Amino acid sequence: MIRFRYLLMLLCGGACLLLPDVVMAAGGKATALIVVSDPRATDSNIAKWWIDYYNTDPFMFGVWCTILTGFLGVSLGFITDRLMRHTGLDLTKRTIVEH
Amino acid sequence: MEWMYMYMPIAGIDIFWPGLLLIGFSVGVIGGFFGMGGAWMVTPGLNILGFPMAFAIGTDIAHIAGKSMVSTFRHSKFGNVDYKLGITMVVGTVVGIECGAQIVMWLESIGRIGPVVRWVYVGVLALIALMVFSDYYKATRKKKAGIVDEHGAVGFTWYKTLHKIKIPPMMHFHQAGIYCSAWLPIFVSFVTGVLAGFLGIGGGLLRMPALVYLIGCPTHIAVGTDLFEVMISGLYGTFTYGVKGRIEIWAVFVMLFGAAIGAQIGTVATKYAKGYGIRIAFGLAVVACMASIIMKQFKFDAAATVTILGAVGAICVYICGIMFKGASNELREKKAADKLAA
Repeated sequence: MIRFRYLLMLLCGGACLLLPDVVMAAGGKATALIVVSDPRATDSNIAKWWIDYYNTDPFMFGVWCTILTGFLGVSLGFITDRLMRHTGLDLTKRTIVEH
Repeated sequence: MEWMYMYMPIAGIDIFWPGLLLIGFSVGVIGGFFGMGGAWMVTPGLNILGFPMAFAIGTDIAHIAGKSMVSTFRHSKFGNVDYKLGITMVVGTVVGIECGAQIVMWLESIGRIGPVVRWVYVGVLALIALMVFSDYYKATRKKKAGIVDEHGAVGFTWYKTLHKIKIPPMMHFHQAGIYCSAWLPIFVSFVTGVLAGFLGIGGGLLRMPALVYLIGCPTHIAVGTDLFEVMISGLYGTFTYGVKGRIEIWAVFVMLFGAAIGAQIGTVATKYAKGYGIRIAFGLAVVACMASIIMKQFKFDAAATVTILGAVGAICVYICGIMFKGASNELREKKAADKLAA
């Protein structure tokens, strides 16, 4: 059983290497964009910085997209969870009834 | 009305942001209730708002990743996520999707890709819908006959036969209450993965019924576990589409605000819904998806979009109704109990 768990972990690790291809398969093949975004079209400094990242370093752009999405997902999950607690509903238990 | 439009710096277009908020909210509600990403609903919506298709797909995936985190977080607190089962299934899903993608490439090389994929998609959706509705019919008959188990009357129990396969290693998935060969979830996820890769979808639409009918998960746990898988694949999708410059993160932020609220409503609504209520609404969503694909095949693009968005709106209202009705009943009962105790 323990050996199987190690094997499973190894397989999961190896499988992760395939994931980029997998996701492309799920959403249609994406070729590298040749579009360059224009920072002059906006006055916002944050937007200018973001556009610069997009134009100059696609890898870091991808990394930041993932980090920001993850961060916002976790933060909003936490905040809305706090808000839901104030409703007075019991959010820890539920009974499973199929029919 | 200029303030209602937001500049998207990467795509270089102005977008009606309340529309983004609304799409995020609706898909959050539906995804949290059914346990799926819902790319089939978001992509046409973003396209209507003015996003080029390339940005619509990438932005959609990033939003799904964030939204699934909120839903998984909430489902996890209800005890609806079987992490062990989810991780076991990731292996089969990944290998399966890769195989599905290879089949697509082969079909592409012989020039038969378009119609084959669409009609297989329609066939699979029709089978799922048929399975869901006939299962409901069978469960209703069983209930009338008084044949009820610990969770109430259930229709198809194919998983019981599959659980008799004792190929080692055997695994116990405590949260789902299943004891079976590890190869069963791996094989099932592989098959759903092949189909997902072949059809070019995330796979939640296929995995949720597979978890229920073939692995034997109670509906609520199937929903939570599926969302956990959607979260993992969504994060990788965000990275790869980000590297290819296909994500408009500003839009993702706006959508996530709507989705976070929607996901809480959809997830909490599962507390007040019976398993078969979820399955039937899911079956109707599948029928709407199938109808829109058939319309697209015959070039009725506008009708297809209206069908999808109409179904999304109706299902969203239905789920919100379940949530608010259930919540007000619970609060009323709580108040009455407090009064009695005092």
